[in-house]
Amino acid sequence: MEYEVVIGCEVHVELKTKTKIFCSCPTDFGGEPNTHVCPVCLGLPGTLPVLNKKVLEYAIKAGLAMNCEIAHFSKFDRKNYFYPDLTKAYQISQFDLPICKNGYIDIETSEGKKKIGITRIHMEEDAGKLVHQGATITTSAGSLADYNRAGVPLIEIVSEPDMRSAEDVLAFLTNLKAIIEYTGVSDARMEQGSLRCDVNLSLRPAGQKEFGTRAEIKNLNSFRAVERVIKYEIDRQTDILESGGKVVQETRTWDDGKGMTFSLRSKEDSDEYRYFPDPDLTPIIVTDAYIEELRASLPELPQVKRARMIEEDGLPEYDAGVITASKALADFYDGVRAHYDDAKKISNWIMVELLAKVNAEGMELEAVKIQPEQMAALLKLVDSGDISGKIAKKVFAEMFATGKDPADIIKEQGLVQISDEDALKEMVSHVVEANPKSVEDYKAGKTKAMGFLVGQIMKQSRGQANPAVINKLLAEKLDSM
Amino acid sequence: MISKDVVEKVAKLSRLHLEEEEIAQYADQLNQILDTMAGLQQIDTDGVAPLAHVLPIENVFREDEVGECFTQETVLANAPEQSNGMFQVPKIV
Repeated sequence: MEYEVVIGCEVHVELKTKTKIFCSCPTDFGGEPNTHVCPVCLGLPGTLPVLNKKVLEYAIKAGLAMNCEIAHFSKFDRKNYFYPDLTKAYQISQFDLPICKNGYIDIETSEGKKKIGITRIHMEEDAGKLVHQGATITTSAGSLADYNRAGVPLIEIVSEPDMRSAEDVLAFLTNLKAIIEYTGVSDARMEQGSLRCDVNLSLRPAGQKEFGTRAEIKNLNSFRAVERVIKYEIDRQTDILESGGKVVQETRTWDDGKGMTFSLRSKEDSDEYRYFPDPDLTPIIVTDAYIEELRASLPELPQVKRARMIEEDGLPEYDAGVITASKALADFYDGVRAHYDDAKKISNWIMVELLAKVNAEGMELEAVKIQPEQMAALLKLVDSGDISGKIAKKVFAEMFATGKDPADIIKEQGLVQISDEDALKEMVSHVVEANPKSVEDYKAGKTKAMGFLVGQIMKQSRGQANPAVINKLLAEKLDSM
Repeated sequence: MISKDVVEKVAKLSRLHLEEEEIAQYADQLNQILDTMAGLQQIDTDGVAPLAHVLPIENVFREDEVGECFTQETVLANAPEQSNGMFQVPKIV
């Protein structure tokens, strides 16, 4: 039978605040275990959580950037469950009155353009870290709990089940990550856990309206894992349905090493969490004036920037898509563009030279030493004929390694392009005399021989000869013979 | 009507161990509570917004400024068991 895949995502994004959501402990990574902890985030009796104003601001910003309605009245609830990643036996979250709802993110795939609905975005506290003593959680003898992460602010972004393929999901996550990065509310780095994705996946016979039973797969911390999980789950659920079985509604965990999902627990229905309003926290009333103030403070978002690059700068859609997918890359482009006009040249250098180096080094774009003004200066030096394109690549590599100005590198290494005709004439004569066979070929009509001679001259000048001048001088020389 | 099954489920979610006679006893008591609440259900609440907080206060916030934390030693002072600066907890699932 033909099945249609139905996928929805829950994405947890860690907000970039200095302190936790309900107490003044720092959110910094890397402290010794249980050192960023106080009575509030330890959930000791008699303590009172108070909402960090920045968390509300960031949650609203994220919601506005994803076209959500912002709730004028919102509140926090207790989600009750017994699991030692939180000490209180409940997580402070939002249940029926989330801060944002009814938004969407535009995506573009090989199937065309599509809107992926955002059901809601709510604020909540992160849980602590458990280190299981054994190979996996199910075989461990016990666990160790570190509550440094407990109470770190999160927003949970819940999508509609609007996705139908791994491609849809990857496009959704790519755009979501870019939007979050642009708003500045989070670093949104999957590999560091500041963006985590749960995938809800079910199958239904093609043409059927009702959704099938879904499995929720947690613990996905890379785009690659998301892609693999989707492929794996489609196969797993298809096999079950084909053999006449029933998919169990459950939470599964992804084992990246084995490339398989495993049942973690039967999915608790929301009524099993026994949500109720948290009496420790007051309701939140948000005015239109505050919402508009935050809307006005939003930077240009990826979709808009992308459209601007295509329409105003004349960049190909592909280039604009790659550059805007990362805020750091888009900022670099804009920075160079402010000092240099040829957008396509900037894009070529970014897409070919810069990204190749960044990927080869496996580094973060933020760590790139080249400043946008320096990149613009390099491109101008090529345009003015001071250096050749080939030398420019050499200079670029040095800039990338050291962060030095291109003009200084050229001076230090003596890389200036030689355009002086007298100096080059000598080289031309040398090469012509040393290659009588090529000259003969050229005379006999084999124009390719000219290219070979130019190459020889360039080689002799160690790439510094101005190719345009060489071409001119060589043509004159050959014609006079 | 709260049945024995419901009591068992609620006890399981709350990680409470109940003896047979306690299950019957709690079912009884919970039914009495629901009967009392049923009286409240008679009240006409059309047009009354659900109460989110018992006190007439809203928008209590704090600024995003770092304050003092406890030391690891203090944090773990009451832990029945600890290891490597962390709370040692029994097998979870």
